[in-house]
Amino acid sequence: MRRSRSHVLKGIVAALSMAACGKSDGAGGVTPQKMADALHAVMSADRTVYTRQVVNRLQNDEKIIEATEHWKDEKTLPLPAQMFRMGAEMVAEKKSGFTYALLSMWPVNKQNAPKTEVEKKGLAFVNENPGQSYYEEETLGGNRYFTAVYADTAVAPACVTCHNEHKDSPRRDFEIGDVMGGVVIRIPLGG
Amino acid sequence: MLAAAAGFAYTLETPLRRIHLPGPTSNGHYQIELACGECHTEAFGDRESMQAACVRCHGAELAESHDSHPELKFTDPRNLERTAVLDARYCVTCHREHQPELTAKMGVTLPTDFCEGCHASIADERPSHVGLGFDTCADTGCHKFHDNRALYEDFLGKHLNEPDVLPEPRVLARTTKPAARPLTLADADAREGVELARAEREAWAKSAHARGGANCSSCHEPAGGGAFEVKVPDERCGGCHERELADFEKSRHGMRHAAELSPMRVGDARTPMAAEAAERTVGCTSCHGAHAFDTRFAAVEACTGCHDDRHTRSYEGSAHARLFRDDPSGAHGVSCATCHLPRVLEAERTRVVHNQNHNLRPNEKMVRDVCTSCHGLGFTLDALADEASILENFDGRPKAHVKSLEMVEARAER
Repeated sequence: MRRSRSHVLKGIVAALSMAACGKSDGAGGVTPQKMADALHAVMSADRTVYTRQVVNRLQNDEKIIEATEHWKDEKTLPLPAQMFRMGAEMVAEKKSGFTYALLSMWPVNKQNAPKTEVEKKGLAFVNENPGQSYYEEETLGGNRYFTAVYADTAVAPACVTCHNEHKDSPRRDFEIGDVMGGVVIRIPLGG
Repeated sequence: MLAAAAGFAYTLETPLRRIHLPGPTSNGHYQIELACGECHTEAFGDRESMQAACVRCHGAELAESHDSHPELKFTDPRNLERTAVLDARYCVTCHREHQPELTAKMGVTLPTDFCEGCHASIADERPSHVGLGFDTCADTGCHKFHDNRALYEDFLGKHLNEPDVLPEPRVLARTTKPAARPLTLADADAREGVELARAEREAWAKSAHARGGANCSSCHEPAGGGAFEVKVPDERCGGCHERELADFEKSRHGMRHAAELSPMRVGDARTPMAAEAAERTVGCTSCHGAHAFDTRFAAVEACTGCHDDRHTRSYEGSAHARLFRDDPSGAHGVSCATCHLPRVLEAERTRVVHNQNHNLRPNEKMVRDVCTSCHGLGFTLDALADEASILENFDGRPKAHVKSLEMVEARAER
């Protein structure tokens, strides 16, 4: 586990230094795909840690606090998806062009359904092809992006119980290990 | 030619710059309309520089309101096509100044049914909304573009079927801490030759300032020591009452102060004011007095001394006022300040919000901090929706009825 994490970290450092050079192809540098994979590895690890070690442990094992949708009003923990989204918002505020989002074909909030063609294809692909990710370039608002879609799987009971019981969820039969949606990462390609 | 240029430049530097106003400003900004640079931060600036100016004053409040339509929603590349319908990345898209013929409540310069642009298919997801016109989306008790803290579905769902008056209605108590050694008349440290009427000296000795250890010099002399000043600048109050001054500067009372303009003159206000108060100006001591600092006076009489509109005039005869008169302790009375300058709990201390604009419009902003301390949510929304009742200062039960709670209940049952 430790070895692959240090590989990931090296990849990120290389990606960041290559990104600073403005290289958008693999000529001796890091491809957008490798950069997206590295970013996703970090996002995924952070959220999994939060889900398992904070939410699941305190809510389901120790039973001392819950994770709920309206956590500020109810003085509870943010849901893992909300923690993920808040990170995405913080990154978007930097206005670097790089954005990421959590989307699903069965979203609780309709705004998080796939909208662009690449999102729709990507979410369907990761749902039907376990273990694989989807990559494609797209142009939005005149800007080119390298878009990567990764399966988002239910890693903890907290994920499935919330969605299955939520009045706005279009599906109520999720199980641990199911693909519930996808992480969509957009890297601006410039030009 | 040079003379014309010099004349033009001259007008920009004086109140004559009024001739450059392309049109009257909104109720929210008219007090500072001659401080052009507050919004027009650059000579030929674009939307970006204007946006920075909006955010400088309004950004913190907007963030606190859990804005339902934050800028981020529209800068996200996957949502860019929405900006073609409504470019909500910029405040000025919906809140244009200098266009009084377009300006509706809260400075909105769009037709009331603009929601349809993105939410046209809402009736497909919410059968309860079939047949509702898009000009009703923002009705009281339904939805707001920015602040839905008192209106989101789960919040309504937690407050169904509450009584008009809650079992334990109460106003937050004040938390004040007297000094280790309160001051007396004998301790007054005004310099030799300073004259003050006996009544005023005694008022100070009985005041919270004396109890809290604030002597004559604390207010009348600059912090590091210096000449005695008869007129105390508001900044000096802010030396101890920092939050209050900050709030005040965000309010309609103090926004000119924040823009470094002369204090607001009562007679210049657009809202109806008593004719005899016209020449008074607004500062800390306008409401708090110069030496007595009687907060009970500040809670009602300070307001009615200037404000002369129907809502204010109806207060004296209202049920809220009766409670205030009958309850000297302040635990159950409802004064002007109870609603408009509410007490909020912050880190176990009670703070009085000194920005009367903070919860004024849209009036659902009063729901959580004010109304629901005493009233059930259904009654509250009905009262806030009844404009006639508001003008009469809530004389009798509200005649409006907001259906939001029933809609939530119906959906929960399905």
